[in-house]
Amino acid sequence: MLEMTEVSKTFHAGTSDAKKALDRVSLRVEDGDFVSIIGANGAGKSTLFNAICGSFLPDAGSIRMDGEDITLLPEHRRARRIGRLFQDPMRGTAPDMSIEENLALAAGNGGWLSRVGAADRRAFRERLSLLGMGLEDRMKQQVGLLSGGQRQALTLLMATYHPPKILLLDEHTAALDPGTAEKVLAMTRDIVEKNRLTCLMITHNMQSALDLGNRTLMMHQGRILFDTRGEERARLTVDDLLEKFRQLNGARLDNDRMLLN
Amino acid sequence: MSIDKWLGLGQTALELGLVNGLTVLALFLSYSMLNVCDLSTDGCFTLGAAVGTLTALAGYPLLSLPAAMLAGSVSGFVTAALQTRMGVQSLLAGIVVNTAIYSLNMALTGNRSTLSLIKAPTVFSMARDALKGTPLAGQYALLVLLAAAALAAVFLCLFLRTRLGLAIRATGSNADMVRSSSINPAFTTTVGLCLSNALTGLSGCLMAQQQKSFDVNMGQGMVTVALASLLIGGVFFGKNRSIPLRAAGTLLGAFLFRLVYMLALRLNMPAFMLKAVSAAIVVIAISGPYLKSQIPVLIRRGRAAGKGGTA
Repeated sequence: MLEMTEVSKTFHAGTSDAKKALDRVSLRVEDGDFVSIIGANGAGKSTLFNAICGSFLPDAGSIRMDGEDITLLPEHRRARRIGRLFQDPMRGTAPDMSIEENLALAAGNGGWLSRVGAADRRAFRERLSLLGMGLEDRMKQQVGLLSGGQRQALTLLMATYHPPKILLLDEHTAALDPGTAEKVLAMTRDIVEKNRLTCLMITHNMQSALDLGNRTLMMHQGRILFDTRGEERARLTVDDLLEKFRQLNGARLDNDRMLLN
Repeated sequence: MSIDKWLGLGQTALELGLVNGLTVLALFLSYSMLNVCDLSTDGCFTLGAAVGTLTALAGYPLLSLPAAMLAGSVSGFVTAALQTRMGVQSLLAGIVVNTAIYSLNMALTGNRSTLSLIKAPTVFSMARDALKGTPLAGQYALLVLLAAAALAAVFLCLFLRTRLGLAIRATGSNADMVRSSSINPAFTTTVGLCLSNALTGLSGCLMAQQQKSFDVNMGQGMVTVALASLLIGGVFFGKNRSIPLRAAGTLLGAFLFRLVYMLALRLNMPAFMLKAVSAAIVVIAISGPYLKSQIPVLIRRGRAAGKGGTA
């Protein structure tokens, strides 16, 4: 369970560029929730993820995970519990190292001086074969040689190698071609369902925001504008979402990218 | 020139190449793996030489090797602490430590800029005595250096295959990914720089003992010389090769660099040109691929200008 209480963050505070990226955001995500998050560019969606991951210290508020306050915990110390995928498929893997070596770091088995053994290799092969991309036969190849889709699939595998408490997906299919995006999304759904992961997913695609998961958040100007689930959400259409945004915000949603989807 | 002279030239190049090779292996770890250009290398090399010389002068030639390595790794620890815990930029951290080490070296030697090891026992004189009467007696220096370089290279290759070694490589390749693997990049950078500077210190120590003298300026420009060797090695065994091959390549690069340099000396190039030559090699090796990619642009611009069009 993730619980954020009144979390605020202002970038460039005290200057004319001051930007309230998060404005007293409170959010409670139950175990097993799959939450889709929508909002225009600059709404604070990625900043929300950065706060959860610990990329910065919030100006105010607290973040708790399973009851433990993690607000002050450095990024690498929470990483075990949090899996994260970025839009950029290059960010989650080390390009100069082989698939096997990348997986070895994600698996993190054994002590500092332990080496990748035959048992590890078998386990990696097995996991890779589940992706259905033939990567299991290319384990010695450098990750930099893979395509964006292959790298994102590998990142997904690495981020969930040990099922995290929460999986953060930051438009992780947006940079892929439609066919590959579909495939990576299906893999994501598989892995999330199989491990019953708690998941937050940022998307620009309003339809998939409603189709996927059990809960949808809309963010605007660093705040959660509305939060819908259950029956109410099941009846919502993309038009309803746009209308709701207009009502709550008193303005039309001026993001072409969102409207087009 | 007689065959003996050629062989002698090759041997000198090999010996110097192996001494330098340890510094090149250090840069292989910090520059190629960790992606940190460690500018404290010059000072660290001299520090290793100073500590090694003083320990040998005190009558402990064997102890001088670990002592120099320890001194080197302390210097690496400081450089790493500056950049990972105190927000000093990586290049600046190296420069600052490099500058401070000069004072440290002078303090260690009691304000003397040179020390002589002529009368003191060194690891080389020990090897010479041990090998006396055996067929290898003439090659004692080469054997000591070969053993040191081989041990260092093998250790490095084995180390880079451990989880810690992988984490160090990943830190240079994608620090974000290291963090998301629950590893602190500050920690991996620190371990990497401690190890690499231990090798640099050892390199300086062996250089001083082989030359039988210490000079407070003996490390000057070492980072450029070593970088040149590293890049030459990279020509033979590039990024897509296995780690052991690349490590062997760095030693090969160090040897070839010295060989070319010795040949140039034979052709009456003055000795003081060493540093200019290494600087040129570094510039050519790093800028070469970029300039090569610019050639088609220049050609097309030239053509466009020739046709009277706008370039």
